[in-house]
Amino acid sequence: MTVTQDKPAERRAARRPPRRRGHRLTGRDRAVVTAMVAVPALFVVLLVWFPAIASVLLSFASWSGFGGIEDIEWIGLENYENLTTNYPPFWPAIRHNLLWLAFLFLVPTPLGLLLAVLLDKEIRGTRFYQTALYLPVVLSLALVGFIWQLVYSRDQGLLNAVLGLEGEARIDWYGDPEINLWAVLVATAWRHTGYVMLLYLAGLKGVDRSLREAASVDGANQAQTFFRVVFPVMRPINVIVLVIVVIESLRAFDLVWVVNRGTNGLEIMAALLTQNVVGEASRIGFGSAMAVIMLLISSVFITVYLRVMFKEEKR
Amino acid sequence: MSTVTPTPAPTPAPTREPAAGPAAPRARRTPRPARVALHVFLAATALVWLFPVAWAVLNSFRDYAFTAENGYVSFGGFTLDNYVQAWERGGFGQSFANSLVITVPAVLLVLFLASCTAFVLARFNYWFNLTLLGVFLAANLLPPQALLVPVFRAYRMIPLPEFLSDSGTMLGSYWGLILVNVAFQLGFCTFVLSNYMKTLPREIYESGMLDGASVWRQYWQLTLPLCRPALAALAVLQTTWIYNEFFWATVLLQSGDKFPVTSSLNNLRGQFFVDYNLLSAGSVIVAFPVLVVFFVLQKQFVSGLTLGSTKG
Repeated sequence: MTVTQDKPAERRAARRPPRRRGHRLTGRDRAVVTAMVAVPALFVVLLVWFPAIASVLLSFASWSGFGGIEDIEWIGLENYENLTTNYPPFWPAIRHNLLWLAFLFLVPTPLGLLLAVLLDKEIRGTRFYQTALYLPVVLSLALVGFIWQLVYSRDQGLLNAVLGLEGEARIDWYGDPEINLWAVLVATAWRHTGYVMLLYLAGLKGVDRSLREAASVDGANQAQTFFRVVFPVMRPINVIVLVIVVIESLRAFDLVWVVNRGTNGLEIMAALLTQNVVGEASRIGFGSAMAVIMLLISSVFITVYLRVMFKEEKR
Repeated sequence: MSTVTPTPAPTPAPTREPAAGPAAPRARRTPRPARVALHVFLAATALVWLFPVAWAVLNSFRDYAFTAENGYVSFGGFTLDNYVQAWERGGFGQSFANSLVITVPAVLLVLFLASCTAFVLARFNYWFNLTLLGVFLAANLLPPQALLVPVFRAYRMIPLPEFLSDSGTMLGSYWGLILVNVAFQLGFCTFVLSNYMKTLPREIYESGMLDGASVWRQYWQLTLPLCRPALAALAVLQTTWIYNEFFWATVLLQSGDKFPVTSSLNNLRGQFFVDYNLLSAGSVIVAFPVLVVFFVLQKQFVSGLTLGSTKG
């Protein structure tokens, strides 16, 4: 490994002494550098990338999982065929994940943006408002599910009491398969809004003040300034938020698992996959085929994400 | 949720507020009724957002017999008994110990490994720098469930000696769980730390070089001490995240007595199902460590979330 420590295109080029000092590391230093990169990389490759590739391979195989690796039988696309035609919860799960995505995108995300814009102004008490809004962000989603149980419960929940529902009319918000997805989505939104707000608050602080002033000198009102100037300038943040929304709706799991392990109206991909691997009926083929679908969708958005990050890096 | 954001964010917590007195020239732009409406909207939203937590805290201090008699929308019947009961019945002593055993080594390990790679990425220009960062960062975003099948199977096949894992395999051992957590958080921490290290002045290495400092000494004695603020913020953030981690702990640990606090919620639900005041107390106990973090170390927490972005 040859080390060139100076690259003219580097950002801080100006700060460094002008002379070029490309030099080589000693043998011991090279070994240290190699270890400093290789050990962490080994973690990521062995525990993330290797399993990802193995998931893809296993999705084309039939394997009880109890025998050795030599018992693997290759069966082509049979797992995918079974998954889409022979597994009733599959399509509802896809539908629920899409609904999850649409909901996160249409409700808490714009709300978080709106709150960030309002709180970015110099107003009294902004600290209190911000603290209240991102308090749920530090709680785990599993705990969020628990806390909302107090609101949603059929017998002792607050919601039924407030709505004045009694006896047979009481609604089991987490239990009714027609309603429980919405109940879970509201609880998720409670946490998601604060997170989006936090991201946009950081983004708004990065917007050059003079841009706004220029717009207002040109006679733009606040809404025009925001939609025509500020929002387009925040493009990288917008893309990141979009990617986060997609990834979060794809890997939604904790809340649903705490409520009923992804059954009875709450079927979602991540929960079905887990049921198939950990549960009694261990169906590795199904699980892997679902994993591949999730990997495909996420890889598209991860690529988008990396491109934005690296473009920003170079800037 | 661990995602790096590409924003220059120098001051995360708003400290500008005191500067804007009532006589500030800005008032000209927002007429009084609009300002009142803004505050009403914000205050209402903030209260709605605080409500679920406040509700849980309130009911956790109330006697079950009282609320059963008078309904929840009532006042009175205050007691501390729910906490005593919830602590005992929920086995929180055990699960907090488990959380500690998992979280502390995982945070230390992830910070150490991430800072190693970050140092190399920030210090040298290798051809693989960008690729490596991409591989790390992408791993951070993959849905963990999609990796479950191979990880689960492999863990079940890897034997561990008795003194490391009483189950005899990686499955059901704290080490297996710690390693997975580390692998998933490495990308985020490496990115944040390498960006932070890039802002350090190059001159510190120039003089270090004259002394003939080895690469290890440059990392351990020169760079790391200067990264304390970034490491502190990341430690706060990672502790929260790993404490909150639910999926891997649930599927990899298998038996209830090994679960950390967050995963033990799954078992608690059955335990507390009939008594919602007990459920409230349990929720407050689980939330307590992160709420302490939130109120005491808020600055570190927020700056950690936006840290990846600050470029020197």
